[in-house]
Amino acid sequence: MARSTTTRRKIITTAAAWAVGLLIFFPIYWTILTSFKTEAQAINDPPLFFFFDWTLENYAVVQERSDYMRFLWNSVIISGLSTLLGVMIAVPAAWSMAFVPSRRTKDILLWMLSTKMLPAVGVLYPISLLFVKFGLLDTRTGLVVVLMLINLPIIVWMLYTYFKEIPGEILEAARMDGATLREEIVYILTPMAIPGIASTMLLNFILAWNEAFWTLNLTAAKAAPLTAFIASYSSPEGLFFAKLSAASTMAIAPILILGWFSQKQLVRGLTFGAVK
Amino acid sequence: MATQHSRSAARLMMAPAVILLLGWMLVPLTMTLFFSFKKYLPMRGDSLENGLEWVGFENYVRFIGSSSFWPSVQATLVIVGGVLAITVILGIFLAILLDQPFWGQGVVRILVIAPFFVMPTVSALVWKNMFMDPVNGILAHLWRFFGAEPVSWLSDASLQSIIMIVSWQWLPFATLILLTAIQSLDSEQLEAAEMDGAPVVQRFFYIVLPHLGRAITIVILIQTIFLLSIFAEIFVTTGGAFGTRTLTYLIFQRVIDSQNIGLGSAGGVYAIILANIVAAFLMRIVGKNLDA
Repeated sequence: MARSTTTRRKIITTAAAWAVGLLIFFPIYWTILTSFKTEAQAINDPPLFFFFDWTLENYAVVQERSDYMRFLWNSVIISGLSTLLGVMIAVPAAWSMAFVPSRRTKDILLWMLSTKMLPAVGVLYPISLLFVKFGLLDTRTGLVVVLMLINLPIIVWMLYTYFKEIPGEILEAARMDGATLREEIVYILTPMAIPGIASTMLLNFILAWNEAFWTLNLTAAKAAPLTAFIASYSSPEGLFFAKLSAASTMAIAPILILGWFSQKQLVRGLTFGAVK
Repeated sequence: MATQHSRSAARLMMAPAVILLLGWMLVPLTMTLFFSFKKYLPMRGDSLENGLEWVGFENYVRFIGSSSFWPSVQATLVIVGGVLAITVILGIFLAILLDQPFWGQGVVRILVIAPFFVMPTVSALVWKNMFMDPVNGILAHLWRFFGAEPVSWLSDASLQSIIMIVSWQWLPFATLILLTAIQSLDSEQLEAAEMDGAPVVQRFFYIVLPHLGRAITIVILIQTIFLLSIFAEIFVTTGGAFGTRTLTYLIFQRVIDSQNIGLGSAGGVYAIILANIVAAFLMRIVGKNLDA
């Protein structure tokens, strides 16, 4: 009796959860599906859900029309370098805050967080002006620097929460056994910290990839990443749903895959350790 | 344990991050503050080299006095409030649902989280065209199927449409955080309540909801900070038309379209103050949780 009610309950929950999951995912599914249709099929009424002649034509058209590869490359470079640079600057900082905390550590962490809350639009003009002055407008270097700076607080925070979890006793034990500082860092701390550093980099790569205020406002043609590539489709031109879908699929596919690996870190990274 | 030596080393290791962030905060902020007290219209020949005219608080007064200010505040509040209500309420239900045992938990979780990883320009354009297009969008097909007249979503129900798009993007975030919080709930407590005969509704209001209180607060605060500055979703859909000009978008237009730097900077200062009020609450909660 009890067993059959639990099974029934589980069946109902399964149906409900899958229904909701598929509903939420539907726009992404629909975009991917439409990218394989012809333009005429894309606007067919009733909509075609699976049975149509699949085509790869849109992908070729999009690549030819707007040179997808160049935007992709810009996105990879900008997100990758800004993350790498950010981590290089944040690791020593987070390390010292976690292992040699002082009275001011908490204040510094909170202050760093507060810089993240600065609304971008409030400093749009000064940043544009500085970019013009230093010849950074529409360059990848400029975006690498800005994206590194806006994500630096999150990187420091995430690393700090990871480093905090490394027990200090291990270090003391190593010191007792006569390990030098260098040995301590290379053989004990680094291996324990690598998973945390990797997670941090993953999440920040995603955040940088999707950033759409500075990338839209500070680039024109040369350094524009995928966010701008997609924005160029905002003015419709005849039938373009299938091409828009192909472009969208290409812009989100890499990050969807990375994103699935990073769900756990997402909570830690975006709540600044307040929810674990 | 920490010696004088390691303390100064620690300070040195922290220096680059602190100095960079300090510069990133202070330099543009000082410039915005400076411009906000000046008459600065580059298109009419004002330039930094020739010196700018000091106008006191005129920009601040004019920004608030302009006919687009209050509507923009209203649009901002409606969007932020609408998205918060939808994401938090649906997020709680989803978190409870996904916390139950069912087949395919891993896959459903991935399906639910996916929208968060879609870049804002993509989700806005996909919704605008493939769903909300009054002729060829899915919703138009659906409306016609039921014999109704298709709706021009982004012009006739513009704010609702933007709320819909942004909620779709942020629902995964709320769900994921609330789910994480719910999983830390002691299941024995719930079972005990169930055995004592407490109905589902009571179990929800007396056990689950209080347990989620802190997580809900955090979701609200973090989302508010991001939602106050949504940009791309409006930029590629309505471009600020049909009553969707938020405070952020209004400032953007003052600075970029009308090239009125002084006025835009004064608006920027308002936006910064507004964000800081919200941030202050968030910091208090985060700070409490920090044992440093």
